[in-house]
Amino acid sequence: MSKTHVSAIVNGDPAEFLTEPGRTLLDALRDDLGLTGAKEGCGSGDCGACSVILDGRLVCACLVLATEAEGKRVETIEGMAEGGVLHPLQQKFLEHAALQCGFCTPGLLVAAKALLAANPDPSESEARYWLAGNLCRCTGYDKVIRAVMDAAAEMRQAKVTA
Amino acid sequence: MSEVLERPETAGGFKVVGTRPIRPDGVDKVTGKAAYGADYVMPGMIWGRIKRSPHAHARIVSIDARKALALPGVKAVVTAADFPDLASETVEGGEAAANLRDISCNCMARGKALYEGHAVAAVAAVSPGLAEEALDLIEVKYEVLPHVIEVEAAMAETAPVLHAHMFTEGLESRPEKPSNIAKRNRLERGDLAEGFAAADHVIERRYVTPAVHQGYIEPHACVAVMAPDGQCQVWSSSQGQFMVRTYSAKVLGIDTADIRVIPAEIGGGFGGKTTVYLEPLALALSRKSGAPVKMVMSRDEVFRATGPTSGAVVEVKLGAKADGTLTAADLTLKYQAGAFPGSPVAPGTMTALACYDTPNFRITGYDVVTNSPKVAAYRAPGAPIVAFAVESCIDELALELGLDPIAMREKNAVRDGMKAAYGPTFRNIGYIETLEAIRDHPHYQAPLGPNQGRGVAVGFWFNAGGESTAAVHINDDGSAVVATGNPDIGGSRAGMAMMAAEALGLPVEKVRPIIADTASIGFSMLTGGSRTTFATGMAVTQAAQKIVADLKRRAAQLWDIAIDQVEWRDGQALRLDKPDAAPLTLAALAAQSARTGGPITAQVSLTAQGAGPGFGAHICDVEVDPETGHVTVLRYTAAQDVGKAIHPAYVEGQVQGGVAQGIGWALNEEYVFDDAGKMENSGFLDYRVPVASDLPMIEAILIEVANPRHPYGAKGVGEVPIVPPLAAVANAVSRAIGVRMTSLPLSPPKVRAALDGR
Amino acid sequence: MAPAQYYAPSTAEDAVRALAAAGARALAGGTDLIVQMKSGRVRPEAVVDLKHVPGLVGIWRDGEAFVIGAATPGAELGEHAGLTAAWPGVTEAACLIGSTQIQGRASMGGNLCNASPAADSVPALMAARASCVIFGPEGRREAPVETIPAGPGRTSLAPGEFVLEIRLPPRPPRSSDAYLRSIPRTEMDIAIVGAGANLTLDATGVITGARVALGAVAPTVVLVDTEVLVGAKLDEAALQRLDAAARAVCRPIGDKRGTVEYRTKIAGVLARRAASIAYERALKSA
Repeated sequence: MSKTHVSAIVNGDPAEFLTEPGRTLLDALRDDLGLTGAKEGCGSGDCGACSVILDGRLVCACLVLATEAEGKRVETIEGMAEGGVLHPLQQKFLEHAALQCGFCTPGLLVAAKALLAANPDPSESEARYWLAGNLCRCTGYDKVIRAVMDAAAEMRQAKVTA
Repeated sequence: MSEVLERPETAGGFKVVGTRPIRPDGVDKVTGKAAYGADYVMPGMIWGRIKRSPHAHARIVSIDARKALALPGVKAVVTAADFPDLASETVEGGEAAANLRDISCNCMARGKALYEGHAVAAVAAVSPGLAEEALDLIEVKYEVLPHVIEVEAAMAETAPVLHAHMFTEGLESRPEKPSNIAKRNRLERGDLAEGFAAADHVIERRYVTPAVHQGYIEPHACVAVMAPDGQCQVWSSSQGQFMVRTYSAKVLGIDTADIRVIPAEIGGGFGGKTTVYLEPLALALSRKSGAPVKMVMSRDEVFRATGPTSGAVVEVKLGAKADGTLTAADLTLKYQAGAFPGSPVAPGTMTALACYDTPNFRITGYDVVTNSPKVAAYRAPGAPIVAFAVESCIDELALELGLDPIAMREKNAVRDGMKAAYGPTFRNIGYIETLEAIRDHPHYQAPLGPNQGRGVAVGFWFNAGGESTAAVHINDDGSAVVATGNPDIGGSRAGMAMMAAEALGLPVEKVRPIIADTASIGFSMLTGGSRTTFATGMAVTQAAQKIVADLKRRAAQLWDIAIDQVEWRDGQALRLDKPDAAPLTLAALAAQSARTGGPITAQVSLTAQGAGPGFGAHICDVEVDPETGHVTVLRYTAAQDVGKAIHPAYVEGQVQGGVAQGIGWALNEEYVFDDAGKMENSGFLDYRVPVASDLPMIEAILIEVANPRHPYGAKGVGEVPIVPPLAAVANAVSRAIGVRMTSLPLSPPKVRAALDGR
Repeated sequence: MAPAQYYAPSTAEDAVRALAAAGARALAGGTDLIVQMKSGRVRPEAVVDLKHVPGLVGIWRDGEAFVIGAATPGAELGEHAGLTAAWPGVTEAACLIGSTQIQGRASMGGNLCNASPAADSVPALMAARASCVIFGPEGRREAPVETIPAGPGRTSLAPGEFVLEIRLPPRPPRSSDAYLRSIPRTEMDIAIVGAGANLTLDATGVITGARVALGAVAPTVVLVDTEVLVGAKLDEAALQRLDAAARAVCRPIGDKRGTVEYRTKIAGVLARRAASIAYERALKSA
């Protein structure tokens, strides 16, 4: 089985790897690039723990072939904080205790970031439906949704005052 | 909620306990840096996979691995022949006592495969793809046997018998024939006939619940290596590194001292990670191959071969006087154990009537083996199943007697000084307070619309104590490290740091908690039974208190005064004989530790007793679509006695998470098997755990009736919240549609059928 | 899960050549194919990624008609204001397929060619009288969408053929559509029943054209006899006629997702509800 060379931009930096045709983007991120923040909870796109943003679109990395990433921009949880400064969503998740085991947290944060990029002022219901593809078994989603809504409010405020 | 972060609360005279600091492991978890089981990589690592039985019940005639081993890159294959044939022996170490032989035979089938998905062989190869390819090359010949999964079918005389050596325990006399009923247990009080004779109203019902899975999002994963001298290291995600060590050593027949288990971050467990599946296999593959072996389950494997909790049938007969006073209860609990004995039917019987002061009762439990995965603990094991039955029946009684469902429960509530149905006498319980809290909550008075219903239910869990160890080390700058042996499954590190900080008088940021490996801290029972904050927290607090005593001695030595002239307050030593003298801070004492006896450390190991049982009372509102049968949960309020909330946000989180799991169990979750005994819904698409849009906000009301046995009054909180929701939801649906729902899940087809039959 | 080859052809002709080889499978969004490869249900020799073929991704107008590239992710449909205004039922069906993450990938072409009887977009497309343009060794051809799925997991496409684009007909005045499905949760499920309805009204609100299609109630998506609606307003009597007509065409299986009885009843319910929404939308569109 021959391997394919793939070049992509991962979290703003050029990244290259060799991959077999059946491997997924999630395999490549975790095993080849050492970016283990995206998690495999199901391997079938049903849990969202592997959420990444691919050329601006929220996707499950487990349902993207690694070869498809050629020439694309990939954003993962590892790229969310800027330098040492947490993204407002990350900070609000901490303040609201919106995680327990933390396994679904990277996927939820990436998905929430995509939500606020598409809709800076979501209703609670819109946030819940957007995040319906991110399973969390620990929190009952209550504090997750509060954290997302609070971060959205803060980010809107920051925009107004900026 | 965030404003609470701004002000340190001092309720109860505490400076740290009861506040909501950011958890010490939080940044790692929001930046993707926290390392879970599957995130570990070792030099020279190879990959293990498991060959699983496609049959629900089959004799293993032969296993031929020659073709697999001939595939280049395949390094080892193991089967039951690679593990000692253990005697039946009970060991402690998990959530409950477990049989070693059963653990071994569940990890790797010996002679017979007892459920679809049962491991029959394991292979290790240099890549995941090759290991996968090798699986198909392992040839297993089976003689397929008749199977049985449904609990009552398995109890029938004519049922296929899983274990020829198994004779029902707990009967008056030893039975003559083997059976799938592993054990019968019974609790009794008073005179049943007299009790029912005194009743004005008697209800008799049969309740059915399906097997459901814990549904943690992280699949089981480990990396294990065994060196040629037999020394092993294991990195794995579990609820107890010591449990992994004990079980792995026993299953492999090696010394405990030869295994060091390093706990990974754990991505949810809920009881399901209180046993081993992969670690002994990975070690055996490493022993054969000489390489570190990584094993990660797929979601399909998690559903087919781990967890779940019992599917069950519970029969309830309740008698009450016209005023609602319970006179008698007769309960029969039949719980699936899966392939090996050990369903949670015993705690089911013990919790069944724990909320009720019942003069006459008989509770009978049956632990029944079936051709389905061996059940594992699931949050308040056994309690939600029987609470669904009892709380539904109480609700129906209240309706028929024209009583308010909360008043009905208040009338029969257990109180301090009463003897619990399961034996001990209740002390310092906060049950009545939870009932009052929901009764007086605006939710309970809020108007309901058409097709809407409101359900009430209560729940109980013992909470556990047990063995724990904690060590506290003071650093040279006066900051501290707290080490414990309990995996942090939902924020317990924060609680440990807070309790140590409170005792030491330090800000919580000065205390850094770690979860130590099995070679670096004394034994601790696993994280389960809602024991960690209570038992390990007690060890942490006592270790911190020992440090304080030591610091006072050191200060007295430096000041050359008697120890009783030193007071410890706010992280510094004060002179009582000279109140104006400059205090000695912890930092100052730490800097001079060489002169006062060396490093400042303390370790405490203990067996914690007096965990303090927990009670909860819930209200649930639903709306039912009368045409589709779809149920929407509109509002949910849960009151719980938590003793003292060390970190209230994480206590609320436990309540909210438990409620969400209970709602899933009530509405959509279930194991579905086909006629051949194969699971049909082994993925998150058709095993339907609640998603964000399925749930409303869940209001958690924390009641604090302090537990005098804990230094800060804490009681266990994690399990109680999953006990009431099954019945709270079912009672709400039943009241909304006017039909009593006695079989879970309340999926749309079932609710529509009930509507059509009404 | 290990195909030997991955191709990403940049012309339709190259795609045809790659797809004509034995064991080749077309990849659009991958949300069905990759799952099936992982579970071992399909073991393709080669995967042919069609997304680089011109015209496979995008939404545009051809005169009065909307054209949707077959591999366009569902999320793009939902974001297209013009398409959503003209065909709200088609776009809501596309946006119901899986989660936000799945919508970032899953396409109408994939949904159609995966040939699941429960595919969400197909009843909506059928109700809309959508057609698709197919490209293959014999060149281009156009066919109604309902001719593509031949049964669960099977299509009528010849070797080497693939769906290039989906075409929605011009939208007459006073017409609109809707799609509804029944699932146990609120998201993330496969439809137990799906119903697409597309209605055209006259100036007085009388229905002059109606098409209702049902998913997951037969081996392929089925059309309801909507003669029962034409010539009437959508009053209670008309709705009851539609309910009965919908139930009459059901030939469902009973499985882990729903019983025969439930599916049949819900087909009637959803047909009524989808038609009611389409009717309201059509009135407003006037």
